[in-house]
Amino acid sequence: MMYTNNYVIVAIFAALAVFLPVAALTVGKLLRPSRPLEEKLTTYESGNEPVGEGQVRFNIRYYLFALMFVVFDVETVFLYPWAVAYNQLGLFALVEMCIFVSLLIVGLLYAWKKKVLQWTSV
Amino acid sequence: MTDLLLEDLTWRSFSLFLLAGVLMLVLILGFVTYAIYFERKVIGWMQMRIGPNRTGPLGLLQSVADVTKLLIKEDTIPKKAERTLFILAPVITFIPSFMVLATIPYTPSLHFADLDVGILYYVALSGVSTIGIVLGGWASNNKYALLGGMRSAAQMISYEIPFVISVVGVIMLSGSMQLSTIVENQGGGFWHWNFLPQIIGFVVFVIAGVSELNRTPFDLPEAESELVAGYHVEYSGFRFAFFMLAEYVYVFAIAALTTVLFLGGWHAPFPFLDFIPGIIWFLLKFAFNVFFLFWIRATLPRVRVDQLMGLGWKVLLPLSLLNIFITAVYYELFIR
Repeated sequence: MMYTNNYVIVAIFAALAVFLPVAALTVGKLLRPSRPLEEKLTTYESGNEPVGEGQVRFNIRYYLFALMFVVFDVETVFLYPWAVAYNQLGLFALVEMCIFVSLLIVGLLYAWKKKVLQWTSV
Repeated sequence: MTDLLLEDLTWRSFSLFLLAGVLMLVLILGFVTYAIYFERKVIGWMQMRIGPNRTGPLGLLQSVADVTKLLIKEDTIPKKAERTLFILAPVITFIPSFMVLATIPYTPSLHFADLDVGILYYVALSGVSTIGIVLGGWASNNKYALLGGMRSAAQMISYEIPFVISVVGVIMLSGSMQLSTIVENQGGGFWHWNFLPQIIGFVVFVIAGVSELNRTPFDLPEAESELVAGYHVEYSGFRFAFFMLAEYVYVFAIAALTTVLFLGGWHAPFPFLDFIPGIIWFLLKFAFNVFFLFWIRATLPRVRVDQLMGLGWKVLLPLSLLNIFITAVYYELFIR
């Protein structure tokens, strides 16, 4: 079985996906006007003069969600192979997975209790 | 396609693969053009308006005109923006959206790469688009864009977890991540389709899928009323078009993936309807899914950001985890 052929197709799709934006933006460069003015190049802020930094501070909560994401994304990495092999594994693997998931649920409940999941806790 | 995949790679088969890929790309661009037209028409009808009807017969050329306009529009990059990243961001968002289509099977013979890690390939790549959106928001050096990009990232990573875990039940029932195998296991009438034994997984998958698409009712990243346009506020011309293009290519991908995973792919709903070709069934289900996305856009209001996060982490995630164990019990009782 020539399994690598599948990845040749994936590579072709990747190449086409790179090609389209590159080609379209290059063609666009030839077609579109380019008359930059000082006013056109200012940062947009609803018509006002931009105030202060563009990269402002944002809510720390985004960072907490990113941390939670990493934890549960690693969990899915373990869940997928387990699910594929489930029909050969049987009850023992099911109990094992129950323990593993319940450990993570404890973590979720802790985050819930600590109001990480609540947008306005402060 | 199946025979070609089994042969050794020759120049002939390579050029056929390339041709198929180019055809798919053209098809996708056509789909996006008319999906936008269809969406505007459907929402117009639902709001008792007519929708686009001036450009071309029945307004059919409206999207073509819009794209042409974007192509010949001046492209401004703000002076304060991080130039390289600003240019890269829409491209990074678009590339995975087209790549995920490589693994979706349409009928037993009409498919591209038949990867045995199909679902994993899909979710792994679709996550990459988030990076493009965050980059676009950050590189713009604009407050609205930064906040929109951050919201988008938080939303996409929060809903990716239930999205990915809700598919685990389907993988357990099929014993494979290969999408064609998953469809084959759903043959013989609609009561064998995964959406019935996997009803919790299906509901979670649809909600999380809509959220991954950043579409109403979860389109907070582009909440016009509070963030102007979100992460793409500084983008104009064709760079903006690539963000929109990526969104609509994902509409195609999610509609096709829902059909494959939960709605029986190319199988007919009743065995006596098998004489109708599989591609027709696939397209019917696919078209319904696309329509469903437009339908909820016209019907539901946008949710608040705290409701959004609450729904993802407190409702969908526990439900999708619960679904795994319900599936395991179902498997032990009825299948083994």
